[in-house]
Amino acid sequence: MDLRYSEADETFRKELREWLAQEVPRHGASPARDDWAARRVYDTGWQRKLSDAGYAGINWPREYGGRGATLTEELVYYEEIARAKAPYIGMNFVGIRHGGPTIVAEGSEEQKAVHLPKILRGDEVWCQGFSEPNSGSDLASLSTSAVRDGDHYVVNGHKIWTSFAHSAEFCELLVRTDPDVKKHAGISWLIMPMDLPGIEIRPLPTLLGEIDFSEVFLEDVRIPVENLVGKENDGWRITNVTLRFERGSAWAADIIELNSFLGELAALARRTTRDDALAWEDKALRREIGHLSAEVESLWAWIKASISETAKTGVPGLDGSAIKLGFSELNQRIYELGTNLLGRAGLVREDLGDLPSGRIVDKFLNTLSLTIAAGSSQIQRNIISERILRQPREPR
Amino acid sequence: MDFQLSEDQQALQAGLRAFVEGNYSFERFPELEKAPLRRETWAELAEMGIFSLRQGEAEGGLELGMVEAVVAFQELGRRLVPGPLVWSHLAAGLVEGAALGETLVGGLDASRGSSDPILVEYGDQLDALLVLRRDGVYQVDAAGLGMELVATPLDPLTPIAHAPALPRGDKLADAETAQRLRDEGAALTAGLLLGIAELTLDYANEYAKTREQFDRPIGSFQAIKHMLADMYVKAQQARHLAYAAAVTLDDPDTGDAIRTVSSAKVVAGESAMHNARKCIQIYGGMGYTWELPPHYYLKRSFVLENAFGTIAQHAERVADRLAA
Repeated sequence: MDLRYSEADETFRKELREWLAQEVPRHGASPARDDWAARRVYDTGWQRKLSDAGYAGINWPREYGGRGATLTEELVYYEEIARAKAPYIGMNFVGIRHGGPTIVAEGSEEQKAVHLPKILRGDEVWCQGFSEPNSGSDLASLSTSAVRDGDHYVVNGHKIWTSFAHSAEFCELLVRTDPDVKKHAGISWLIMPMDLPGIEIRPLPTLLGEIDFSEVFLEDVRIPVENLVGKENDGWRITNVTLRFERGSAWAADIIELNSFLGELAALARRTTRDDALAWEDKALRREIGHLSAEVESLWAWIKASISETAKTGVPGLDGSAIKLGFSELNQRIYELGTNLLGRAGLVREDLGDLPSGRIVDKFLNTLSLTIAAGSSQIQRNIISERILRQPREPR
Repeated sequence: MDFQLSEDQQALQAGLRAFVEGNYSFERFPELEKAPLRRETWAELAEMGIFSLRQGEAEGGLELGMVEAVVAFQELGRRLVPGPLVWSHLAAGLVEGAALGETLVGGLDASRGSSDPILVEYGDQLDALLVLRRDGVYQVDAAGLGMELVATPLDPLTPIAHAPALPRGDKLADAETAQRLRDEGAALTAGLLLGIAELTLDYANEYAKTREQFDRPIGSFQAIKHMLADMYVKAQQARHLAYAAAVTLDDPDTGDAIRTVSSAKVVAGESAMHNARKCIQIYGGMGYTWELPPHYYLKRSFVLENAFGTIAQHAERVADRLAA
């Protein structure tokens, strides 16, 4: 049992740290949240820089332009990205973390050649067309239909929670190609160009008032058959393939961020007066901060254990759901404590003087999505209970 | 980096698990209550190397590190093995005969001012009492304290003796050693608590598969499933952090040992108490009886919560590191 990084990992860290120290300040501050044109330039511009320097697609295979990093290098990568406060993956998220890896694993040679280099360089933005108004946690019940007509699928349906829909060139789209079989067996995975006729995008503001995601209405959209990834009706399995790429390190950067935020809260408490005294003199507050920090440490140790296990077995363990559950709920508690520490300053969503009230309040509101998106906490608990603890399935 | 138990460490774990499951079966708990700590079983534990594990070969030890020690204590925790395990382990090398189990050593941490009564686990049976003070480690003549056994301790497997006063004793080691023992003691206690968090999860998890109500296993209901899932998360948090604390104590270059050890005591304490409570809840009415094991686990976790620093004390220490 050893927590030391290898010399090769430390060399990689040093190179990356030097590069980030130079490039992060040069890339400037992120644009306003609602300036979508500027955000696209900012996010994809950063992706281009990563790509030019050889840091794009950290866990993608080398033959497709990725770095093919070892698991520990990947962990170092996320540590350094967080440490340098580098630009967030942002609009590149679906392409780099989801659509791209799916094409790597299941796409045709032509699909790989067309899309992978562009995704890596930030030239293609992707969005995700999975959820539907009536298919959330029960995703496999989706009803958007694709009917074969010559060389095309004719698609009709209604997708929702589609992030970056208005900026994306392509959408990873799940459709029902066979309505007459069991729900998991009739789904296909299509690449949908977002400029096809029949696609209508209606932005859906989040509780932050931002239009990160949209509803997407599809009416007789004709998608060429060559845009099918894998085999027809094999889409459910293909959707789960990307899990192979989630090697447990995805939360690493977020966990390091949480730790530095707790340090920031401690500093804030030492300059906040509450009830005639410094907030930091409140033992209960100190204990709560210490307690939350201890839990952050535990998740960090857990991630390292999970990565070590994957490195040894070659297969990601089952703990992803459990780490996601622990991380998302802890994140909410930490930012809620942040808003509580702000007191009345938390009544506004903008920074007041040197008080980071706007940032903390917005982040707290944002954390509410974490226990819903990518499998709600309730779904994660079902998964843990049934797949890890082997409890009988609930009737469904 | 390879943050997994090595083959040797797994073998140590498996060997100890077989030993404690054989010698500390649940069926034996009622009998153990009458005399939780017996010198012959103490000698067996000593023979297994529980106390001498980290001592040099010249002293009859195994020359292993904190990782092996925490793994060993995790297994002892799973079956609530009675005795002043942590203190006797820490006393190896400091008090003659502790490593080999010939001297039974208990202890108290008196480094912070407190109006608490002087209660000593296994006090009436101890050969030596270690006292950790701010300025060092002291040894007090246990027999001379006039300790009286309390008739009804919280944990039926942890006898408690009450001393009228605590003399200063003889200084054995300096302040630095006292602090090291506090940290090592916290990490080992976290190991015991981890064992409790795991065992109560396993025990409740098996029961939920077989206990039927409304014509199906109660584990098929989300209310139970979700409790078990939370217990799993708690147990995993405790496990990996307790191991990280041990690694950091063995190899201080890999992290902030103070922060990691204190974090481990916080998380392991909370996980053990949470899981023991939920285990009782999942067992329902039977969980509330003396006849089934869950109550022993909850009671022991309170004993361990009050050893080598509470959740509150360690949480504050973590916060101080954060602000440092």
